[in-house]
Amino acid sequence: MSGRRTVRNTGRRNARRPLDWVLLAIAVLGALVVVAPLLLIVLNSFKSPDDYNQGGPLQLPSHLYFDGLTRFWEASDFPTKLWNSIFISSMVAVLGVLVSLFNAYALGIGRARGRLPLLVVFLLANMLPQEALLYPLYTMSKAVGLYDSQWSVIIIFTVIQSAFGTYLLTSVYSGFPRELLEAAEIDGAGRWRSLWQVVVPVSWQTLSVLLIFFFIWTWNEFLIPTTFLVSNDKQTVPLAVAALQGEKLMDVTTTSASALLGLIPTLVFFLVFQRTLTRGVTAGAVK
Amino acid sequence: MNSSRARTGYWWYLLPGMLLVTAIVVVPLAMNIYYSFTFYRGILPPQWIGLENWQRLFADAKFWTSFRNSIAMIVAMVIVPTLLGLVIASMLFDLVGKRFGGKVASFLRATYYIPQIIPIVVAAIVIGWIARPDDGALNSILATVGLDGARQNWLGDPTWALPTIMVVLIWVQVGYPVVVFMAALARVDPELYEAAELDGANWWHRFRAITIAVIRPEIFVVALTCTIAALKVFAPVYALTRGGPGTSTTVPSYYSYSEFFQRTQVGYGATISTALTVVIVAVSMVFLVAQRRAEQAEEVR
Repeated sequence: MSGRRTVRNTGRRNARRPLDWVLLAIAVLGALVVVAPLLLIVLNSFKSPDDYNQGGPLQLPSHLYFDGLTRFWEASDFPTKLWNSIFISSMVAVLGVLVSLFNAYALGIGRARGRLPLLVVFLLANMLPQEALLYPLYTMSKAVGLYDSQWSVIIIFTVIQSAFGTYLLTSVYSGFPRELLEAAEIDGAGRWRSLWQVVVPVSWQTLSVLLIFFFIWTWNEFLIPTTFLVSNDKQTVPLAVAALQGEKLMDVTTTSASALLGLIPTLVFFLVFQRTLTRGVTAGAVK
Repeated sequence: MNSSRARTGYWWYLLPGMLLVTAIVVVPLAMNIYYSFTFYRGILPPQWIGLENWQRLFADAKFWTSFRNSIAMIVAMVIVPTLLGLVIASMLFDLVGKRFGGKVASFLRATYYIPQIIPIVVAAIVIGWIARPDDGALNSILATVGLDGARQNWLGDPTWALPTIMVVLIWVQVGYPVVVFMAALARVDPELYEAAELDGANWWHRFRAITIAVIRPEIFVVALTCTIAALKVFAPVYALTRGGPGTSTTVPSYYSYSEFFQRTQVGYGATISTALTVVIVAVSMVFLVAQRRAEQAEEVR
């Protein structure tokens, strides 16, 4: 049956009509339009402003020029920003997954009482506009001495991301194979050991998807970091790129270079985790 | 295992999560709602003024403008990407995937998805850089092809600033429905298409009768999550226009932010953000009810 289908499909694949090529061209053209802005940024980040003004945005650089990149790199203290982003995003990813795991263990596997209203609270926490929490969090952070501390951002995003994670993981754990848990119980494993020796290994794929998404979502956040991280040496990459826009040193190609440096870390991340990311988007969308 | 004693044992695991969500979400949300009934400038304690902020809100032209601009954001983040996503996804899945191989299709899918992964502020700055007023790439390209008259101060002109921000959002958003819909299309039984083809149904007929019907749950999810995201848009407006020129690109989240931290009218900022919260919750409920209705209608059939 499947053999028959393969044969037929390959037969079809060879019979490409002219129309197919036209439609493929349209799909490729669309993809080119999507990457064109990024290509423009790459092209112009290695030009001097004069070179840009003479040759326009579409010419190749007449000579490679790195001043724009180094100027932004130094003015923003880029390595510090990179490290801050990595630190905050990794902490949120790990803590967020841990909190989601505990919540979902109780709600999905333990079927703790009050499950439905709690899930509604978590869903709501994820839906809320951050502005509805912003000012109270701002006063609270000042009261407890966490204003202008990366920990305020880490704690807030741990909660916001884990609200989503709880929702997703609970629905995954609702269908968790009971036999596995019962077998572990017979072996004398308590709740704690069942969690780490049965639940975590079995659901590792979902957990790793959450880990990666929490990392990238936190990396890309703007409103809360920009409100809470006022000192230059505590800020993240997106803040650094946004902060220097319109400054005097930012001539046309330095601005392009700043965008390029803002893009590169997430593009690298995308290339490394592309498979997991696309799998995660589809899993998240159908719950 | 099912005895109530066994069940209560799990409560310990909820404790950290509950404490955190209470401290970071529930209490601040309640405080924010409370602020909306007060006069509060951030220094002296809030003073109760009843419904004054709310009355002001309903009469505030800028507030209504900000919501009108939210509708533009919904067009840019929901309607256009969902429609484009449907067309691109079915093109990639149906045609490119089947006639040119899965590798080509998934490479193109990844390309469409790239802007989704960039920080939205950086995405805004990329488009903002292209749309620079004098020496911007867009303007110089227009000049080179002889369309000098089409050159604009894209972000500085009240007519063009909102469309320019919409372009940022469409660019960022289109990859999401493409990825989701392509995965959904994999669920469609190929025999169904073949049967329809034998019956003489053309591509458009098959698209409407089979594709849309099968992936409707995903269309709902995409529409709901993107609508919520569109109502929350903040960073591109902050990075590119600060709501201007005038109020031409103000959105509710930016309006409340500027009331909080630029004008320090905390009570009024809290009123705007509470109103936004109410709208988001209401919209989500409408979606969920509509989805349930659609599912029930399907079951009856």
